[in-house]
Amino acid sequence: MKAESQELPLEIMELQMGPSHPATHGTIKFNLKLEGEKVLECDVEVGFLHRGFDKSCEQVTWTQVIPYTDRLNYASSLINNVGYALAVEKLIGVETTPRCQYIRVIVSELARIFDHLTCCGMAASELGAITVGFYMIEARELVMRIIESLTGARLTVTYVRIGGVKHDLLDDFAARVNQIFKTVRKLMNDCDRLLSRNRIFIDRMSNVGTISQETAISYCLTGPILRSTGINYDVRKAYPYLVYDQLDFTVPLGSRGDNYDRFVCRIQEVEQSMRIVEQALAKLPLGPVWIEDPRFVLPEKEKVYNSIEGLMHHFKIIMEGIHVPEGETYFAVEGGNGELGFYIVSDGGGRPYRIRVRPPCFIAMGAFHEMIKGYMIADIIPTFGMVNMIGGECDR
Amino acid sequence: MAESSANLQYLQEKLGRRVLDTLLFRGDDILILDRAGLRESFRFLKEDPRLRLDFLSDITGVDYWKKQEPRFEVVYQLASLKGGWRLRVRVPVPEEDAAVESLTPLWRGANFLEREVWDLFGIRFIDHPDLRRVLLYEEFQGHPLRKDYPVNLWQPLVPERKVEGTFVDERSQNKLLRLKQALGNKD
Repeated sequence: MKAESQELPLEIMELQMGPSHPATHGTIKFNLKLEGEKVLECDVEVGFLHRGFDKSCEQVTWTQVIPYTDRLNYASSLINNVGYALAVEKLIGVETTPRCQYIRVIVSELARIFDHLTCCGMAASELGAITVGFYMIEARELVMRIIESLTGARLTVTYVRIGGVKHDLLDDFAARVNQIFKTVRKLMNDCDRLLSRNRIFIDRMSNVGTISQETAISYCLTGPILRSTGINYDVRKAYPYLVYDQLDFTVPLGSRGDNYDRFVCRIQEVEQSMRIVEQALAKLPLGPVWIEDPRFVLPEKEKVYNSIEGLMHHFKIIMEGIHVPEGETYFAVEGGNGELGFYIVSDGGGRPYRIRVRPPCFIAMGAFHEMIKGYMIADIIPTFGMVNMIGGECDR
Repeated sequence: MAESSANLQYLQEKLGRRVLDTLLFRGDDILILDRAGLRESFRFLKEDPRLRLDFLSDITGVDYWKKQEPRFEVVYQLASLKGGWRLRVRVPVPEEDAAVESLTPLWRGANFLEREVWDLFGIRFIDHPDLRRVLLYEEFQGHPLRKDYPVNLWQPLVPERKVEGTFVDERSQNKLLRLKQALGNKD
C-alpha cells in the first residue's frame, strides 16, 4: 500500500461539550471544532447560572447586598464580603478600626487557602490523583471548621459588615488556627510527595494550556494565571489595602505560563496565606471591631431597648438603609482567582444605584480559547480546572 | 495625591479637546472622555511611557435614565501592572446612538467585557469582531440592566408548565402582560 493512500481524509468535527458535562465542575458549554483530537477552535458559552446579581442589588439596601456577594465566588465568600465592605466604606469615607482590619486580613487569607485547596484538589482528582483530592479536601475541611466556628456558616458566611465585622474572634481562635495549620502543612507535604515526581500528573499538566506574557496582559488576566507567566501583579502588593503592607509575604511566580506553573503558584500561595494569618494573629491589636458611627452601624441591642436614640438609629438603618453619599468608586481586592473589583455608584439614597463586580474568572473564560487552541481535547480538563471557573462569579 | 493631579493635568494637555472633564473623588482619578476618537485616546493612555496604564481592569456601563443627559456611560478601569496609579475613564453615550469604538485591537480581553455591556445595556461596540450576547440567550428581548427594564419581567425560554390546582395570581399575571406589551414584546 502506498503511503499517500494511508492518509485518512480530514474532516473537521464539531462537538458540543457541556453544559452539564461530568468533568467540567460548573455549568458551561464549549463549542469545539476538532481535527481528530486536536482542538482547532473553542467557543465558550457562559451564563447558565446568570441570576441578575447587578439588578438584584439595585432593589435592596446597601447592607442587604452582603449576602448576595457570598454567592459570587462561594469558595472564597469572605473575600467577596471584605471587598464589597471596603468599596462601600471608601465611598462613605470611613476607615475601620485596626483590630477589624487585622481580622479582615485573617479571614480573607483563610478564604484564599480554602479556594486554592478546592481548586487544586479537584484538578488533581480529575486527573486521576484521587488520593490528593481527598487529602486536600481534608485540609479544606479543617479550614472550613475554623470558618464555621467563627461565622456559623460553611459557605455563605455573611461575616463582614459595612463598618466592621459581625463579631469579634473567639477566645480560642488563635490556638485552633495554629493547631489546624500543623495538620494542613503535613497534608500539603504529603500531597507534594504524591505529585511532584508523579509522571502522569506532570505529563498532563506541564506545557499544557500555555499562555505567553503578552497574551496574558492582552486578555486582562489576573491572579495565578497571570503570575504563572512570571508577571508580578498581585493587588495586595501593587495597590495595598487593609494592613497587607505591614505583613511579610512573597508572591509566588511561575515562568512558563502552563497549567503546572498555575498549580504550583496556588500551592505556594497556600503556604504564604498561612504565614500571613500567623503574623496577623501575632500582631492582632486590641480594641473594638466596629466603628462608632450610628449612621452606618447598628446600635447594640441594649441601647435599642432602653433609649429613644438607639431605637431610632436601629429603625432608620433597618427600614431605610445606610445613606451612602452620592458618587462612585472602584475598589479592588485580590480574590482567589485574581483581581476582584467592585465598582459602585450611589445616588445618595438607601439603595445602590449600580453595583458592578469585576469577575476574574469570567475574564479568564474569555481567554480560554487561546489557552486550549492546538491542544488535545483531553487537555481541556486540567486547563479548565486550573482556571477555577466558579459559576456564581462568572455568570452572576 | 500631588502625583495624580499632575497626571490629570498632563492628560488634559496631551488629549486636548477630547477631555470633557477631569475629577478627583475619594482619591480616585476620573477622566471623562469624548467618544470621538476613543480608540486613539486609549492607545495614547496605554502606550504613554509616563502613565504606564498598560492593564485594562474592567469595562462596564451605567444607565443614568432620567438623571442626566446623555443617558449612558461606559466606564473603563485602567491600572498599571507595576502598581501605583489607577485611572477611571468615563465615556458618555447618548441613547439614540448608543455606540462606542471597540477596544479589542488594544486589549483582546475587551472582547468578553464589551459583549457583556452590549448584552446587559444595549450599547454597541463599533468594529467588535463578535458582538453577541454572552450572559443571556439570543432570544432574550431588551437589555435588563437598563433602568426602564422591569425587575419582575420574566422571559423563560421554555414556557412555564401550568399545574392543575395551583394558585395563579391573576393580578400579577396581568401586570406582567402589560409590562411586556410596554416593552414591545409581541407574545
